[in-house]
Amino acid sequence: MAVVSRGFGARRREQDPALPPGQYLTTDFPVLSAGPTPHLHAGEWELEVRTETGARRTWSWEELLALPQEDVRTDIHCVTRWSKLGTRWRGVAVDTLLEGVETTAAFTTVHCYGGYTTNVPLADLVDGKAWIATEFEGAPLPDEHGGPARLLVPHLYFWKSAKWVRGLVLTETDEPGFWERNGYHLYGDPWREQRYW
Amino acid sequence: MSGWLAARVAEVVPASASGRVLVLDVPGWPGNLAGQHLDLRLTAEDGYQAVRSYSVASVGAGERVELAVDEVPDGEVSPYLVQDVRPGDVLEVRGPLGRYFVWQPEDPGPVQLVAGGSGVVPLVAMVRAHAAARSPAPFRLLCSVRTPADAFYRPELEALVDDAFRLDWVWTRAAPPGWPGTPGRLTAAGLAAAALPPEAGPTVYVCGPTGFVEAAASLLVAAGHPPGRIRTERFGGS
Ligand SMILES: Cc1cc2nc3c(=O)[nH]c(=O)nc-3n(C[C@H](O)[C@H](O)[C@H](O)COP(=O)(O)OP(=O)(O)OC[C@H]3O[C@@H](n4cnc5c(N)ncnc54)[C@H](O)[C@@H]3O)c2cc1C
Repeated sequence: MAVVSRGFGARRREQDPALPPGQYLTTDFPVLSAGPTPHLHAGEWELEVRTETGARRTWSWEELLALPQEDVRTDIHCVTRWSKLGTRWRGVAVDTLLEGVETTAAFTTVHCYGGYTTNVPLADLVDGKAWIATEFEGAPLPDEHGGPARLLVPHLYFWKSAKWVRGLVLTETDEPGFWERNGYHLYGDPWREQRYW
Repeated sequence: MSGWLAARVAEVVPASASGRVLVLDVPGWPGNLAGQHLDLRLTAEDGYQAVRSYSVASVGAGERVELAVDEVPDGEVSPYLVQDVRPGDVLEVRGPLGRYFVWQPEDPGPVQLVAGGSGVVPLVAMVRAHAAARSPAPFRLLCSVRTPADAFYRPELEALVDDAFRLDWVWTRAAPPGWPGTPGRLTAAGLAAAALPPEAGPTVYVCGPTGFVEAAASLLVAAGHPPGRIRTERFGGS
């Protein structure tokens, strides 16, 4: 049973059923990062997919933009308690990057420019559940939100949607990434409030 | 990770024009490292709940937990904590949380702390831990605040200044009487004058509202600090 705090509740906002437990709605777009925002040039940017056998595929910025682009409208939920509803993104489905890739791996480690990593089960990145996003609300993705490209995996807490993404490495075991080694949950389902472990 | 703990308000102390220190008694609090935060949960009579994160200003073992909260205009939780809460009230907390934005007395290296507004709270915990441990690690704190009335913990921080701890202020709107220079935001020159240089190899901790952290971290990178040595905590806002 939760303890009632005397006199609390006068300034409450409307509760939206689209909000997972413990989240509140925000209209701005706060930033969660472990360090400074890197400023990357599309010219030196490259995206890589590497399998557990070491097989590699890479895309330059132009090659990524030449792939089929999808428009995504989705809610996003940050572990620091804010959610945004109905955000609009554009990018390439992870399915498109994985077409024809041979793997028996069950997990991925997402690597980023700046050294940040996060772990996501492969099943959570396929079947239209995840994208490499390059646009937010009709404009190029701003640097502080992960530009030029971030992973978008909106059904998990937003730290899994790694900013400044540079590659997906398919792995046989679940290797905790940066935030996961620093106290955040291995999986991060907002509806089950998997914030910390 | 343990669950929610009842936290009885032991003391409330005005800390600035718009902020306040809350001292909580939290039976079962396992103690915390300098820089960690907690989640604070409030429940209304009808079961409605809100949760926000707050950094812990106190450090070490013990069941007394100190927070310092700045009121965000039109906010939901911070005005309640700053205006309504009084001693004897019960809140709930969960933590300590976060293992990256922390400083431990065993760390021998130099440290540069950079705070914007209430972002000083986790850095105060680090300065307290540094003083309590009599750590010889060179420590510097650069605090940016609007006016002297907005500065959290100023007397305590000034009293801790010694050979191993240097304190500098940036007044963005109004400086104390007799202060040399004009008020204004942190600049590259201001940073160079106050902060440990990149050659000293400091670990840098930057904390405050998102806009401040973005600006300060960019200045640090431009000054030559390796991005991997800069740890940031963003409190929100723009
Ligand atoms: C890890 C962490 C540690 C924190 N530690 C502290 C602390 O020690 N002391 C402290 O006072 N706050 C701290 N915060 C901020 C705190 O969690 C709340 O966001 C803040 O108190 C506002 O809550 P609210 O309910 O009053 O405002 P809300 O109702 O949530 O928001 C109202 C409006 O203010 C904006 N806003 C939210 N936070 C801020 C902010 N910090 N600055 C400017 N605008 C903002 C929102 O985007 C929104 O537009 C911390 C946040 C994090 C993530």
